[in-house]
Amino acid sequence: MIIHLAPGQPSQVDPLNPKFTPEMVERFRKEFHLDKPLYTQYVYFYRDLFTGKTTSWKDNQSVLKKIWERFLNSLPLFVVGTIITWTLSFPIGIRSAISRGGLYDRSATFFSYLLISIPGFFFAYILIILVVTRFHVPVIGMETFGLGEASWPSMIMDRVWHLLLPSVLGATAGIAILSRYVRSQMLEVESQDYVRTARAKGVPEEQVHYRHALRNALLPFVTMFGLILPGLIGGSVIIESIFSWPGMGRMAYEAILARDYPIILTVNFVSAVLVLAGTFVSDVLYMVVDPRIRL
Amino acid sequence: MKTDAKDLLQDTGLEEPLTPRESRLQEFWRLIRRNRLAFVGLTIFVLFFFTALGGLMLTSGTRPIFDPAMVRLQEKLQPPLSTPNIDTLRPEEIPRLGLYLFGTDDLGRDVFARMLQGAWVSLTVGFVAVGISVLVGIFIGGLSGYFGQNRVRVDQLLAALALFLGGGLLSVGATSAGVMVCLIGTTYIFFSTRWKRGSGKQSPAKWMKVFFAEAVSIDTLIMRFVDVMLCFPSFFLILTVVALLPASMYNIMIVIGLTSWMGTTRFVRAEFLSLREQDFVTAARALGVSDWRIIFRHMIPNAIAPVLVSATIGIAMAILTEAGLSFLGFGVPPPHATWGNILSDGKRFIFDAPWLTFVPGFAILIVVLSFNLFGEGLRDILNPKLRERY
Repeated sequence: MIIHLAPGQPSQVDPLNPKFTPEMVERFRKEFHLDKPLYTQYVYFYRDLFTGKTTSWKDNQSVLKKIWERFLNSLPLFVVGTIITWTLSFPIGIRSAISRGGLYDRSATFFSYLLISIPGFFFAYILIILVVTRFHVPVIGMETFGLGEASWPSMIMDRVWHLLLPSVLGATAGIAILSRYVRSQMLEVESQDYVRTARAKGVPEEQVHYRHALRNALLPFVTMFGLILPGLIGGSVIIESIFSWPGMGRMAYEAILARDYPIILTVNFVSAVLVLAGTFVSDVLYMVVDPRIRL
Repeated sequence: MKTDAKDLLQDTGLEEPLTPRESRLQEFWRLIRRNRLAFVGLTIFVLFFFTALGGLMLTSGTRPIFDPAMVRLQEKLQPPLSTPNIDTLRPEEIPRLGLYLFGTDDLGRDVFARMLQGAWVSLTVGFVAVGISVLVGIFIGGLSGYFGQNRVRVDQLLAALALFLGGGLLSVGATSAGVMVCLIGTTYIFFSTRWKRGSGKQSPAKWMKVFFAEAVSIDTLIMRFVDVMLCFPSFFLILTVVALLPASMYNIMIVIGLTSWMGTTRFVRAEFLSLREQDFVTAARALGVSDWRIIFRHMIPNAIAPVLVSATIGIAMAILTEAGLSFLGFGVPPPHATWGNILSDGKRFIFDAPWLTFVPGFAILIVVLSFNLFGEGLRDILNPKLRERY
C-alpha cells in the first residue's frame, strides 16, 4: 500500500534508448540532437517534454497536442467499456457467490474462463461477422465515412454503433476477471462472523447479502478502480487497430511502426504517470473508505 | 504443512482411516480427477503437448511429411475437408492426407500443416517465456525474502552505481569514460573486501562515516524495482521492445519472460518471509547448513506451490501475448507459421474464407482455456485451505 512514486522515472524508458542512434542516422541528425551522446538526447527529450515542445518526427506536430487529441478519442471507448465491465461483473459475481457450487456458479465460472482465454482479436472478428451479417451496421472506424449531412438521430445512432462493439470487446476480459474477483470476495465475507450474526438475528436473506456482506466485500474494489487507469493505453492497442479507432493505442502502434521515438517515449512516459496516478488514487480512496488503513 | 492437513483429514475419519498413506503423486491424481474442469484442462494440455511435438517432427526437415510452406496457387482458399484436384497437382504437391483437413490459405498452403508448425511455436514460447520469468522471479524473490533484512551501505551502493554507469557508458560507446568508471568501481570493491579482512578494528575517519551509513535494506531496493517494472503497461512495453529488436522467436520469448517475472517475485518473497521464521529453517541453520542449501533444499520446495499455479496461468498469458504480437505483425517472422499470423493473414478473407480465422482462433482459445482451467485446478489442489470448501 505504499505509494510508489519517484523511483526510476528515468529508467522507465531506458530499454528503448539503445536504438536511438543507429536507426535515423542519416536523416535530420542535427535538428533532433541525434549527433549528441545518448544521455544528452535523453536530457533534451525531457527538457522538451516539460516545456511542451516535443514534436513528432514524422509530421512535426506537437506530441502533446497529438496525444491529447487521441486521448479524447480513446476516452469514450474507455468510459463505456468500464461502465459495461463494472455494471455486468458485479451482479454476475454476487449471484454466483450466493449460489456457490450451483449450476449458475459453475457455468459462470466456465464462461469467465472462456472469456479470459479467448484472444481479443479473434473474438473481435467473430463479433464483426455476427454484427455485420445480422444487423447490417458498419462497425469499423469512429463514424461512417462520408455520412456528412445526415439527420441528427441517425448520426448519434451511427456513433453508438461504432462505439459499442470495441467497448464491449474491451470489457470482456475485464468482466471475466472482475466477476471472479467479486465472487471470491463475497465468499470470503460471507463466512465472516458478522454475517453469521446477521443471519442469527433473523435478518432476511436479501438484506444479509446486500447490506451486510456486499458492503464489506466492496472494499478491495476501491483499489481496483484506481488500477484501471493505465488500461487506457495498454489494453486498447489490438482493439483499436482492428477497428481503426483513432485512439491512443493505435497512435502508439503507428508510432512504433514509424520509429517515431518522441511519441513512443512520451506515450510510455504518460502511461507510467497514469500507473502512478492510479496507484495514488487507489491508495487515497482506500484510506478514505476503510478506517482501518492509515498510511 | 501439507502432510499435517492430510493427516488431520484422515484422523477425522473423512477417509478410510486404514488406507495406506498415498504418495504425493497419487494424492494429486485423485484430487485432479475429482475436479472435472481441471482434469479436462490437463488432458487437453497433454494432447496439445504431443501434437506440438509431433508437429515439429512432421513439419521440419528438408522433406517434411506435411510441408507448411508448399505453395499451390491453383488450390487456394479451399474450404476445410475439401479434396484436392489431383489432375492439376504435381505428385509431390498432393497433401499427405488426401484432403485439406483445415482447408488452404490464399497461397494454397495447407492450413493443417501450418497449424502443426504453429503449435510448436506456441508451446515453446509459452514454456520458455514462463521458464525465464519463473527463474528470474525465484532468484530475485528469494534474494529479497531471504537476505532482505541485510542493509546496503552507501559506499556499496556507490560502487554498484559506478559499475552500472560504466557498463552503460561502454554500451553507448563512450569507451574511455566507461572503462574509467568501471575501473574505479571494481578497484573500490576489491579494496573494500581486502580492507575488511586486513584491518577490521581500525575505525574509519569521521567524514568517512557518511559513506558507511546503512542506507536501505536489500528488500526495499528490490521491491521498489519490482514496483517500477510493474509501472509499465506490459503489452505496450513488449510491443515497443519487440518492434525495436530484430524479429525472432527467441527475442519474443526473452522479452515476454523478462517483463512478466514480477508476480512470481512477489509470491516467492512472501513465502520466503514466512518460511524463514519457521522452525525447520532454524533447525537447519542450527545444524550449520549453508544458506544456499537452506534456500534450495528446504525453502524453495515449500514455496513452489503458488509459483506453479501462477506459472501455469502465465503460460496461457504468454501464448495469448505471442498470438497478439503475431497478429499485429511483430511476431515470429513470416515464413514460419504461428497461430497468430495464420489468423492475421486470414483476416483479409474473413467473409470468403472464415476457416482461416476460425481454425487458429479456436485452437488458441482451447489451448489457453485448458491452461487456465488446469492452473485454477492446481490452485485448489495445492492449497489445502481451499480444498476443504469443496
